[in-house]
Amino acid sequence: MKTFTLGGVHPEGNKLSRGAAIEKFPSPQIAYISLSQHLGVPAKPVVAKDDKVKVGDLIAVGEAFISANIHSSVSGVVDKIDDYIDTSGYKVPTIFIKVEGDEWNESIDRSQDIVRDIKLSSKEIIDKIKEMGVVGLGGATFPTHVKFMLPPGKKAEYLIINAVECEPYLTSDHRILLEKPDEVLIGTEILRRALNVDKAYIGIENNKQDAIALLTEKAADYEHIEVVALKVKYPQGAEKQLIKAITGREVPSGKLPIDVGCVVNNSGSTFAVYEAVQKNKPLFERVVTVTGKTVGKPSNYLVRIGTSCSQLIASVDVDLSQIGKIISGGPMMGKTLVSTDVPVTKGTSGILLMHTGESSRSLIHNCIRCAKCVQACPMGLEPYLLSAASKNEMWDKAEKAHIMDCIECGCCQFTCPSYRPLLDYLRVGKRKVGQIIRNRAK
Amino acid sequence: MNQILIISVVALTTIGVIAAIILYVAAKKFHVEEDERIGKVAELLPGANCGGCGYAGCKGLAEAIVKAGSLEGLKCPAGGNEVMEKIADTLGLVAEATAPQIAVVRCSGSRQAAPKKVDYDSIKSCAYANVVSAGESGCKYGCLGYGDCVKGCNFGAIHIDEETGLPVIDEDKCGGCGGCARNCPRGIIEVRDRGPKNRRVYVSCINAEKGAAAKKNCSAACIGCGKCVKVCPFEAITLDKNHAYIDFTKCKLCRKCVEECPTGAIHAVNFPPKKVEETTELSKTEIIVNK
Repeated sequence: MKTFTLGGVHPEGNKLSRGAAIEKFPSPQIAYISLSQHLGVPAKPVVAKDDKVKVGDLIAVGEAFISANIHSSVSGVVDKIDDYIDTSGYKVPTIFIKVEGDEWNESIDRSQDIVRDIKLSSKEIIDKIKEMGVVGLGGATFPTHVKFMLPPGKKAEYLIINAVECEPYLTSDHRILLEKPDEVLIGTEILRRALNVDKAYIGIENNKQDAIALLTEKAADYEHIEVVALKVKYPQGAEKQLIKAITGREVPSGKLPIDVGCVVNNSGSTFAVYEAVQKNKPLFERVVTVTGKTVGKPSNYLVRIGTSCSQLIASVDVDLSQIGKIISGGPMMGKTLVSTDVPVTKGTSGILLMHTGESSRSLIHNCIRCAKCVQACPMGLEPYLLSAASKNEMWDKAEKAHIMDCIECGCCQFTCPSYRPLLDYLRVGKRKVGQIIRNRAK
Repeated sequence: MNQILIISVVALTTIGVIAAIILYVAAKKFHVEEDERIGKVAELLPGANCGGCGYAGCKGLAEAIVKAGSLEGLKCPAGGNEVMEKIADTLGLVAEATAPQIAVVRCSGSRQAAPKKVDYDSIKSCAYANVVSAGESGCKYGCLGYGDCVKGCNFGAIHIDEETGLPVIDEDKCGGCGGCARNCPRGIIEVRDRGPKNRRVYVSCINAEKGAAAKKNCSAACIGCGKCVKVCPFEAITLDKNHAYIDFTKCKLCRKCVEECPTGAIHAVNFPPKKVEETTELSKTEIIVNK
């Protein structure tokens, strides 16, 4: 079975919510819709206070090259446009919408029928994806349409759909594969045509055998799509590792997947692409896994963007006094929430409630030079060296040792027997070196 | 046995003599005439290599001074006027006296005024904490308290107070080189004039949020009400980005603003107490604040 060659770790899967079917989560009372829930330049609001909006109405437009449109996830009245906290506690411009009823924009096809016929041309598909504000739903929230607008001179050979979901605990992509296999396959076909390539792979890790079986059976009808089962290993869901696992190609340092002829798209986003292109439905809701070892009812919810995390947490039967950390995303790469008032954004793949024992850090010891971090690093870096360079502010040394190639997967920190905060140091270093490189370019 | 001894001694002596000759010739041939004044000036400088002057270390400044042949625009902020006068005497130049400076911490968000809402458990570095979160109190402008400023000071003039969690500046040791200010990721520390008799008035907050939002996280925040701006007879106070700033070149130390401030964000330092019973100690910074 295929997998990537360098490094990687095997954290416990803990897919507690794998059996929980996707439930529709009720609309919130007030939706907090952030203007920067994608990578790149924040969107510019096109509504004002007291404007009436319907579900799916455009409320903010992404004008810059790397930016995305934002649509209302609820129907109601715009209360105000003000700053509101994001995951880190920093405030970002947000549109507050007071919810009244649930009236949808008429152009959205709300029927359950599966639309198989793809009518649009490559350019029209990309424009539609852009219009509907689809971004990468794996967590990085890179605007999908930008990925498919290839730079001149570059040619794609493969489309890879990332259904790996290598993060422990998270099951949102798994549930989408099981419950919407036809839609995901049609979405793949749409993206394949947009990219104008002959081959599309869907990579699924072997811990989702039901999804592999189902997709393989259904994909028999599509001559260009192949489902690839992958050996379970973290971080297989990282773009470069997935390309290596499926095609055997290695993305060189500082290059993009397109440089080796690949474009990678998340399976949740592929479903969103299907809805955008075939059903004219903007991205205003997403599947969020709410889980944790002490959670009574681990669930997968279809949540409107802008719903407060506290509502999701309240619905899963959990004793909050035992919870030490609440994480947006998975345990390896997710961000710790500073407040449960934080709203769900396009990038919220899960909410993980970790109990106190599990979440507290162990005592940090000295580095014993065991090189476990070097073996675990999927990018072939030397985390012990980079963290020391970063700690001692030796930025030129960190740059020479390729700190900018770090994908922040956390394998080094996971495997360290001395519990050293390697990733934390690497993140500081990456940020600092990035600044230095940008200043140099000026 | 004897033979081995003799061979070693002779061989080593020969090598020593040859090496000495080479070194002597090299020293003569490659001799560089260094201005002896540079060494003298460098000796007068504090020797902490803080970089506050803009040169890489004290030797760098000494070289620049000797090369320029004047003290214009060159100054050791840590040493102050005293050191500059000594240098001027040595070189026969004229030192222009400038106002002595000191670092001030523009944050009043002590643990008491801005209580913790979450726990931060990662590496104890302000630079990193600033990247991952807005801080334990929720104020994204406030002091994080992990002591990056302490690491930036080469004079031991700053430490983090255990009780308040805020940095405290030792007035006797601080020369105003700005090492701490350069290390602070949030730009909280400002280098200001020490003021006459070491007295100064400053707004100890840089929160740019609206009053209500600032107050939510910290009871000592400047809420941008503008009362101080109105009461100031010298137009020394300006209001920008929801917080006030006192221009130390215009401030005449009347302290009307201190009395007016509803949150106590304006600190007046080193003034004798007006009335004993009204004297309150705001923090352990040994600062006497008159209300």
